[in-house]
Amino acid sequence: MPLIKDSQIVEDVWTSLDDGAPLAPGVWPIVSLERWQAERETLMEAGVPIGLRLRSDQSPRAIAEELEHFGVIALAFPKFTDGRPYSSARLLRERYGFTGELRAVGHVLRDQALFLLRCGFDAFEVAPDTSPDAWRAALAKIKVRYQSAADHRSTAGRLSRKAVRPAQARTPALSLEPEPCAASWAY
Amino acid sequence: MTAQIVTANRLGDGAVIYLGRDDIWGERLGGAAVARSQDEAAALLARAEAPAHRTNVVGPYLMDVIDEATAPRPASNRENIRALGPTVRSDLGRQAEIPGRR
Amino acid sequence: MYRYDEFDHTFVEERVAQFREQVARRLSGELTEDEFKPLRLMNGLYLQLHAYMLRVAVPYGTLSSQQMRKLAHIARRYDKGYGHFTTRQNIQFNWPKLEEAADILAELAEVEMHAIQTSGNCIRNVTADHFAGAAADEIEDPRVTAEVIRQWSSLHPEFSFLPRKFKVAVTGASNDRAAIKVHDIGLQMVRDARGRAGFKVIVGGGLGRTPLIGETIREFLPKRYLLSYLEAILRVYNELGRRDNIYKARIKILVKEIGAKAFAEMVEKEWQFLKDWDVDLPDEEFARIQAYFAPPPFDDLPAVTASFEAQRFENRDFARWVRNNVDAHKAPGYAIVTVSLKPEGGVPGDATAAQMEAVADLAARYSFDEIRVSHEQNLVLAHVRQADLYAVWQGLIAAELASANAGLISDIISCPGLDYCNLATARSIPVAQRISRRFADIERQHDIGGLKLKISGCINACGHHHVGHIGILGVDKKGQEFYQITLGGNADENAVLGRIVGPAFSYDTVVDAVETIVDTYLGQRRNGEAFNQTLARVGFDPFKEKLYAPH
Repeated sequence: MPLIKDSQIVEDVWTSLDDGAPLAPGVWPIVSLERWQAERETLMEAGVPIGLRLRSDQSPRAIAEELEHFGVIALAFPKFTDGRPYSSARLLRERYGFTGELRAVGHVLRDQALFLLRCGFDAFEVAPDTSPDAWRAALAKIKVRYQSAADHRSTAGRLSRKAVRPAQARTPALSLEPEPCAASWAY
Repeated sequence: MTAQIVTANRLGDGAVIYLGRDDIWGERLGGAAVARSQDEAAALLARAEAPAHRTNVVGPYLMDVIDEATAPRPASNRENIRALGPTVRSDLGRQAEIPGRR
Repeated sequence: MYRYDEFDHTFVEERVAQFREQVARRLSGELTEDEFKPLRLMNGLYLQLHAYMLRVAVPYGTLSSQQMRKLAHIARRYDKGYGHFTTRQNIQFNWPKLEEAADILAELAEVEMHAIQTSGNCIRNVTADHFAGAAADEIEDPRVTAEVIRQWSSLHPEFSFLPRKFKVAVTGASNDRAAIKVHDIGLQMVRDARGRAGFKVIVGGGLGRTPLIGETIREFLPKRYLLSYLEAILRVYNELGRRDNIYKARIKILVKEIGAKAFAEMVEKEWQFLKDWDVDLPDEEFARIQAYFAPPPFDDLPAVTASFEAQRFENRDFARWVRNNVDAHKAPGYAIVTVSLKPEGGVPGDATAAQMEAVADLAARYSFDEIRVSHEQNLVLAHVRQADLYAVWQGLIAAELASANAGLISDIISCPGLDYCNLATARSIPVAQRISRRFADIERQHDIGGLKLKISGCINACGHHHVGHIGILGVDKKGQEFYQITLGGNADENAVLGRIVGPAFSYDTVVDAVETIVDTYLGQRRNGEAFNQTLARVGFDPFKEKLYAPH
């Protein structure tokens, strides 16, 4: 599946592994929560970065203490109408300070792009025929936002990309100001 | 089995339409092609769902009709109301065009 | 009332442009119906029995005259000359074309309206007391709160794909006119021991297949924490609400399954993390919104207006209309007018373009340019001078809107039912029409007194039948319409669900059954008891005996 980051198709350095599939040298695996919990020691000794995959019914609260082990967390949308990963993303970014890649996988549509971005996702596995231009255009359609969310806050994820905005600009949900952080994820 | 026809709504304006014998959709239920066996019904629905119709038709489905000599008529209240218009507004829907119904 | 600023204008204009492009993609075949359907629903465009249906949001039921005139224009130009006001204080157009939907939305945007979030599993239009800002028993105007929630919930990135739709209602008064106990969240303004304003928070009410009265999960929430607390509730629901079964996906099922106490504890825990972050509005932003709802410049008037008293004395019809359709106002010399959309034999909640314009004109002239839509499917002119009531009444007579039946048996709530709705199993409007004709004698209605009759055409209960004093639910039995009757429901601060009285009645006998129930009540009534009081005292048996006696 093509991976979009910063509105570009990028090469995916990670490999999503089924639970039975063996680790291979040099392969950066994304593993299920079950596999992580069962093979934690083995995975940590493999000498490669580890990614974690959560189903929509698996809360990130379960791994809040272990985030430093993951370079990427993939949150799965079984259908685009399953909104649980939005909450998971905000928890990971805002409460637990996860700074790695937060990837939306599964049924990911451009009409949801803005919501995803605003909740803290910064990578999107999309259908093979998705054009990055259409993705970029979808994000450009709606610029205003009424409420603070993960893209407003000086989370660690944001600090790693952009300077913190001035303090007075942080709180108002109601302003037309450009959002440097959101923009950096969008383009 | 109960006789069936295919109905849908027209994409552009939402009007209730029926699939006719020549694969042409029309607003007259009387002009609908009637299926009298399961095979015929499946074939009729398949024709309705053909890619050519997807840009002008929404949600085609089979509905039961009472197969009378002159023309089919809807078997259910719901389809009767769909075919004619709201029972509380005889000036609206197809019923408004039928002489003597207003 | 609230006015859009540059930000709000940009928001709706962007959405119109986006939807116009999506419609074009659908019409050209680039989008399939499966892909397009969720997009049109996000803009309030449904496909119903006969045609598309556009549901336009009327935030907390408040409209300006200009907005009402625009709705009339849309009814005339793009529809079939009328609109339907709903129990969610919205308006529905029954015959719009997809090809013109973006044009309609653009027209709405001109008057600061839209159809966003009137469908889908998101936070829907926030409703409020239709007497807001006018009621004598009010702590604060609930529309300030409702507007704050409207803004916060608009395109909320986390809560746009909830397990199911989500409805919030707000009242600023102790008398609940907004049915807050049958909403996903009900907020009632209260004061704490120190006199500060805040909210009692009620969660998990709702009607439909599993009717439940909401549970209070917090007796007092300081006003400034409104949004963080709502965000905590919504997050718990988004994470834990059931997604495996559409009939069990509302928050009421979650609250019921884990218990209100356990649910409250989860919300409180979540809230501890959210409350002092930046979810809540800063005081100055709250004040900015509040300023829009400042009371209009009322004149300093005596509490009693001599001319009005004289008119009432001289004209019996006027006096009757005043008695039923006019309520006390908090400002001396003013009154609240309920404009009944329930004429004898009419369609409850329907208004023609001309009627909308007539009400807009009356509001412009006599009520500070403001109109309300009530969840009981009537309109309200909230701030009329007593001295102008007679002129308003005359204007309403001319527009055929002067039915003096507010709160009486013919002031029926009815969903569109099988005459329009794709989900309905039976018709509801014709039942309402026949009941209103049967009880057409207004003297008889007055004698019966206040009585809430509510009709739904399917189990989804858009007509609120569970909370009618008399509730009617239309069902389909082998192709025939039947009507199940519930008694004893109530939607106000003492909300309670009605109970089924017995086997259902046919379409032909249901009106007789209603009359039998009313006559039984009148026969049993003591000392001016209301219907539910008599029912509570005598029980269901006298009603059953009369209804199901062998003939």
